Amino acid sequence: MIRPSLTIVTLLAAVLATSCSHRASAPLPKPTAFGAAIVESSGGKQTAQTGSLLPQPVVVQLNDAQGNSVTGALVEFSAAPGVTFDPPNALTDSSGQVTTSVSLGGMAGRYQIVASTFDKSHKKIDLQLEEIALSYQQTLGRQLNNQYCDRCHNPESTVERVSNYDNLEVKPHPFTEGDSLNKISDADLTAIISHGGPALNKSALMPAWANTLSKSDIEALISYIRAVSDPPSREAGPVYAKN
Amino acid sequence: MKEKLTSLWQKLFGDSVRAFGVVSFIFLVSLAVAPAKNYFSEWRHYQHGYLQMIRNRSDANTLQRHFRGGIQQIWLPEIDVVDRCTSCHVALKEASLADVPIQPFRPHPVIPHKLDQFGCTICHRGQGAATTVAEAHNSTLAWEQPILPARYIESSCGECHRGPLAGTPVLNRGRNMLSREGCVHCHTVKLPDGSTMKATDDPPSLSHIADKTTREWIFAWLKDPQAYASTATMPNFKLTDDDARDISAFLIANSTPAPGDTVALSAKPSTDPAAGASLYGESFCASCHAAQNAAGNLVGGDVGPELTRVGNKVKPEWLQAWLRNPRTYDAETAMPHYRFNDAQIATLSGFLLAKTDSDLLANVHLEAATPEQIAHGKRLVSDYGCASCHEIAGIKKPEAFAPELSHIGSKPIAQLIFLPGMPHTLPDYIAGKIKQPRAFSPGLKMPQYTFTPMQIDALTTALLSLNDRSNTLPPSLAVAAIPESNYEPAGKAGKLMNDLACFSCHRINGHGGDMAPDLTWEGSSVQREWLVRFLKNPGTLRPSLIRRMPRFNLTDSEANELTDYIMTVYQSPAVDRDSMPLSGYSPGQVELGKQLFYGKYACQACHIVDSNRDKGYIGPTLTQVGSRLTAAWIDQWMKDPQALRPGTTEPNRAMSDEDARALTAFLMSQKGAGKSEVARTKR
Repeated sequence: MIRPSLTIVTLLAAVLATSCSHRASAPLPKPTAFGAAIVESSGGKQTAQTGSLLPQPVVVQLNDAQGNSVTGALVEFSAAPGVTFDPPNALTDSSGQVTTSVSLGGMAGRYQIVASTFDKSHKKIDLQLEEIALSYQQTLGRQLNNQYCDRCHNPESTVERVSNYDNLEVKPHPFTEGDSLNKISDADLTAIISHGGPALNKSALMPAWANTLSKSDIEALISYIRAVSDPPSREAGPVYAKN
Repeated sequence: MKEKLTSLWQKLFGDSVRAFGVVSFIFLVSLAVAPAKNYFSEWRHYQHGYLQMIRNRSDANTLQRHFRGGIQQIWLPEIDVVDRCTSCHVALKEASLADVPIQPFRPHPVIPHKLDQFGCTICHRGQGAATTVAEAHNSTLAWEQPILPARYIESSCGECHRGPLAGTPVLNRGRNMLSREGCVHCHTVKLPDGSTMKATDDPPSLSHIADKTTREWIFAWLKDPQAYASTATMPNFKLTDDDARDISAFLIANSTPAPGDTVALSAKPSTDPAAGASLYGESFCASCHAAQNAAGNLVGGDVGPELTRVGNKVKPEWLQAWLRNPRTYDAETAMPHYRFNDAQIATLSGFLLAKTDSDLLANVHLEAATPEQIAHGKRLVSDYGCASCHEIAGIKKPEAFAPELSHIGSKPIAQLIFLPGMPHTLPDYIAGKIKQPRAFSPGLKMPQYTFTPMQIDALTTALLSLNDRSNTLPPSLAVAAIPESNYEPAGKAGKLMNDLACFSCHRINGHGGDMAPDLTWEGSSVQREWLVRFLKNPGTLRPSLIRRMPRFNLTDSEANELTDYIMTVYQSPAVDRDSMPLSGYSPGQVELGKQLFYGKYACQACHIVDSNRDKGYIGPTLTQVGSRLTAAWIDQWMKDPQALRPGTTEPNRAMSDEDARALTAFLMSQKGAGKSEVARTKR
């Protein structure tokens, strides 16, 4: 009577043990140092389509209290469900940095990404970054923005794509300028895009696009403008933070 | 034990009345199971949760009115859709719930299709008929179609849309890569429209390779193509030193000299780096070729091969012959035939040959090849399917060298072998196979590519769209791609255009590249004198462009021949070139046009007419536009630019005839400081 039950218990234990070990993720690397502050090196405020990889990896740097970089400290990344990191945790390299590629979740909106580490006294230190996942319509808007708007509305110049922003007497609003753009209603934005700046007593340097862009094109553009504005526009959708 | 059972039996079934009661009770309980299961079902739980959630919202009444309880279903027999997803995803059409962060209550983002007409599983995959969360989203024993991860969602667009779409950048990139990265050299991809996908890369023929390069370079290249050029398309076959030695031995031994592809050095390659750099610059080699600059950044286009270490690769006598006329060595090359003179060839070849990396071949020391090694090399070349991509004399291009991929997006999971620890889904399998093919079995021939994670996602997306549904879709539902035309210009001028490789950058009648303007209607657009001048000495029209038309050193007769052909053949039926004069507009009209230019239409935002005053940096500079364009073209362009050049950035201002005429008059008065101005003052 005792023996079979013992066997069953052992079997059960074995099954449980294996299933648990399957579930447990790879062990965390052991830190050899501890930092005092995490700062962003690059990779925040990027846009990507829902579910897809950010174009650039996220790079964070770990510093000690004096502001010198710390090598060998553990940094873990976390975010709302659906966001994946490759790698999800790592030790800082010789320049005190950790690099991870990030895939956003499947729903459009803003995703908060948290990079965290522990200092010497095992207190948790966090750095929050924000990334933007674009829906289909917003992606379409981004594409139209790149073709028609970006050259004037984006002050950033690259060798391949020289910005026209500085050449304009009246400066256009960069689409990230949430403080002013969030105050303009969808109807007013539609009017400006369709009929040009003078439609709302603004600069004539902004031409009328109603004969070039379709109504749904303009809707897509506005949805993109709302998605990238900073501070966020109310219409841009939810912020997915870690619960 | 036995006694206890007997007494229990007695208690329950002791007499017939008691037995009847007990049996009836069991019967009743079992009858109640089905309704109870239904009552506690997941969808009911979610519908209940939804009603709770909307109760406190300001638009609760509207939302409540839209709500339909019970199992919901979208049934589309024509495309085989039975989707019950809306039983839980109850608010897909409620735009006002955009701020709700939790599923299944999010509204569906705006897409060009109506949910009632397409259902859910067409795009998202999963089991439409299922009514539990697990069965609908994951693969189960009965159904193996799990939900498609959002990163690959564009693959579903590709089932019906066979051409590129503005809203599907990932799918478009993936499809281009299948052609551009050479996948379809080995893997056959039959498209649902019956055509076979064609490769757009142009792997060089290896039949005369010994004229071009050394065995040492071939060895180093075979071992690690990306060590020579980080942008190389050639993948890494992970060859052993011995195998690379033998393949290089075979390729050199198999190579035959091609007449004229090497020249006795007409001039010693020049060692003047400044002159070389300036000729490289003014020939706009960087429009197509990339090279690392001093800071280690790659600068230049990706039409031709990277030139960072080209001095390690090519033999000087081959390079000079190539620069003289690349078509002698490769009749189909995308490289134009620059008419360089001997001094220019010496300068440019010297500049290119100096682009070396002393480490690249430092450790390559090969003994003379033995016949056994050459024979072994030949066998390896057949085994690895080198001839799938490269032309190699004496080796036939293998048929169906690698598995066909026409239905890869529907491959049953039961037929796949997964790596340990890998999620058992088709997208993960495809992505894993592209990322590290040899991890699946060391004996696999598929080489190692150096794709970025984004490129792997794109390729996976494109492959997932090649599935059973896309192949069996009723033709009425498919949206066909616009096929690349096989337009060829005719006659002597046509030969000249091919010699200059115009189509590597320009598009004409639906054929050619997209780096430079479409020339289909160039003959209606420009003035003859300007075109001759431009062909002989091209400048840039746009101040902000770094890629430009090179100077081909054309003779007068070549430039005239080409111009005559363009002026006669590339005419738009919408523009009558002779309907408006090139000059002679009244000063009043010119002045009115000027006011419109700077006032109503604010063209100076993008264009420069007066270089002291205007700064517009996007459109072409217009300081000499009156000597460049025809008046009829400008007039028509003002009224509808996209009709003349689809996709152009210039907004359509729907100008009245009067405004268009006045602006034309103003622009035609902008003759610039060029020859025509001088000519006019003389007259």
